[in-house]
Amino acid sequence: MRFMNVVVCVKQIPDPAAPARLDPSTWTLEREGKLILDESDSYGVEMGLQLADQAGGGEVTLVSMAPRNETSGLRTALAMGAARAILVSDPVLGGSDALGTAKVLAAAIRRAEPDLVVAATESTDGYTGTLPVQLAELLGFPSVTFVKKVTVGDGKVHVERQTEAGFDEVETPLPAVITVTAGVVEPRYPSFKGIMAAKGKPVDQLTVADLGLPEGSVGAAGARQEVVSVEPAESRKAGEIIVDEGDAHTRIVAYLEQLKVI
Amino acid sequence: MDFHLDEDQIAVAEAVAGVCAKFPGRYWQELEETGAYPEEFVRTLTDLGWLSILIPEEYGGGGRGITEAAIVLEEIHRSGANANACHAQMYTMGTVLRHGSREQKDRYLPEIAAGRLRLQAFGITEPDAGIDTTRIQTRAERDGDRYIINGQKTFISRIEYSDLMLLLARTTPLGEGAPPAEGLSVFLVDLRDAGDAVQFSRIPVMFNHHTYQVFINDLEVPVENRVGEEGRGLRYIIDGWNAERILIASEAIGDGRFFTEKAASYATSRVVFGKPIASNQGVQFPIAEAYAAVQAAGLMRFKAATLFDSGAPCGAESNMAKLLASKASWQAANAALTAFGGNGFAREFDVERKFRETKLLEIAPVSNNLVLSYVGQRVLGMPKSY
Ligand SMILES: Cc1cc2nc3c(=O)[nH]c(=O)nc-3n(C[C@H](O)[C@H](O)[C@H](O)COP(=O)(O)OP(=O)(O)OC[C@H]3O[C@@H](n4cnc5c(N)ncnc54)[C@H](O)[C@@H]3O)c2cc1C
Repeated sequence: MRFMNVVVCVKQIPDPAAPARLDPSTWTLEREGKLILDESDSYGVEMGLQLADQAGGGEVTLVSMAPRNETSGLRTALAMGAARAILVSDPVLGGSDALGTAKVLAAAIRRAEPDLVVAATESTDGYTGTLPVQLAELLGFPSVTFVKKVTVGDGKVHVERQTEAGFDEVETPLPAVITVTAGVVEPRYPSFKGIMAAKGKPVDQLTVADLGLPEGSVGAAGARQEVVSVEPAESRKAGEIIVDEGDAHTRIVAYLEQLKVI
Repeated sequence: MDFHLDEDQIAVAEAVAGVCAKFPGRYWQELEETGAYPEEFVRTLTDLGWLSILIPEEYGGGGRGITEAAIVLEEIHRSGANANACHAQMYTMGTVLRHGSREQKDRYLPEIAAGRLRLQAFGITEPDAGIDTTRIQTRAERDGDRYIINGQKTFISRIEYSDLMLLLARTTPLGEGAPPAEGLSVFLVDLRDAGDAVQFSRIPVMFNHHTYQVFINDLEVPVENRVGEEGRGLRYIIDGWNAERILIASEAIGDGRFFTEKAASYATSRVVFGKPIASNQGVQFPIAEAYAAVQAAGLMRFKAATLFDSGAPCGAESNMAKLLASKASWQAANAALTAFGGNGFAREFDVERKFRETKLLEIAPVSNNLVLSYVGQRVLGMPKSY
């Protein structure tokens, strides 16, 4: 096959191991410290690398929007094997909603002229799960969500798409946007040589002006979504413990029936 | 004076911690149950290039210094894993690199760097010669273009999982004219074609470690497999000791961080008498004290590593780092076990396993008594005890 250009959207997020904090005035997540590659996106990176490999020639370009020209997470994905990255960073992008982010990413992705765009189904820190389809719409590409298996050939992408009952087989012409769910591939670990090579890989740093987006169309100014209030999640209730006195299996079955899961 | 890791070093630490997360306590607990070798762990580290980080780039390795190797081992141990199964693959090649012939280097180093050849067995200790290395009796006799070697070694780790073994043997028997430190030579033994001439049996030890008694019977080793000059072997080996001490210290520091982090978090969440046990200073202070000791040892270790990488003498610092780090990790192990109470003894918490593992670092590869002798005699100029 011809050279295949895969764009993988990656989000750089605060370390989920550290406690998250919301800015009390904007209700947005505080992203002060170092940001790391969202684990949800490591599956997309892995899938992109495998597809480029299978195509017999190809490359993965990362596209990310992040504050303060953050590249730590991108370096991880570059160390895994991505060839280059486009990073959009601009103070005006603080407070972006999903659509605003999609506009920025779409503009950056167009520059990479992709055959295929890969995104995670949803990110780990703050998410709506709507960004990839907005992106597809803005790019004018077909989109396939919840992908668990992909093959590319003859200008088409053939996927198995996870459903509640099993999976659908779907085919769509390229270029297209697909979203992958966590766990569909095993993301490779960066090797020592990968890490060293990543240092020399190009990261194109762009601002909103570089992308030619009209001022006020993105960032807080362009956001049509507003967070009006935030409530802490209900703390998880203690589970019910069934002690086996020989009848545990029937009690578990009864419990599951009551939940209508069986 | 700069106490910061650079960007590469941070990336190394993070990447190694990331891989080790794939091998949680459960992995090590299961291996202990069967006494198996951690094949998958070793394969993974090999494939990612972490074990060849010290081999120069011209041979296909990572071309980094002892500082980066130290970071790798520290992170492995900090994760709760243990590098004993493969740490020697990182540094045993150093003897070949520094003292081997061009031909030996070209033949072996690229294969070792690629992870196709394992050189991680080092045969020094004998039943009647421990820390007094000059007393070894394994004998290599020259016979034309080969040596015939006979003798016995003990506590030779990983020989079953190594393709090559570096072997120290006497080419001149003790008492035949040469001073004790002379007359020893180093050989590269190819275990793949040694046949019955090298036999070994595993010595069960107090944690899951693969160490063996080795019997050598009329083993033929071609002359071209001798490393360096005949009779100067002890020097070549001593030459690798500083690197080894820095790396062993790093494992201890990793263990110490494991213990103090685990202990602090457990003691903070465990509630007894209506409050976290960590709020009692009797629980809190030993953990804090151990942490301080681990941090201090970490500084001495990085000082030694920095000197080593710049080519400066670092015998005192390397020895002191090994001493301080192994003591600090043992202190931390005790603080953690105590803080965990009964759970400290339960397998599932990994504290008892690491407790058993870390004790070794005070004794092997060199006993802290010998390290103290070095400091007392070589650094402070006091009289010799032996
Ligand atoms: C798990 C394990 C793995 C090992 N792997 C290897 C390996 O791969 N290759 C290898 O060659 N060896 C290996 N060893 C051997 C190890 O290096 C030795 O056990 C160690 O050097 C101590 O030697 P020894 O056991 O003979 O102790 P000894 O020499 O018998 O000493 C016993 C004790 O007496 C003390 N002592 C002796 N003389 C003095 C003195 N003058 N002043 C003060 N104190 C003194 C020592 O410090 C020590 O505490 C391993 C050992 C273990 C336990």
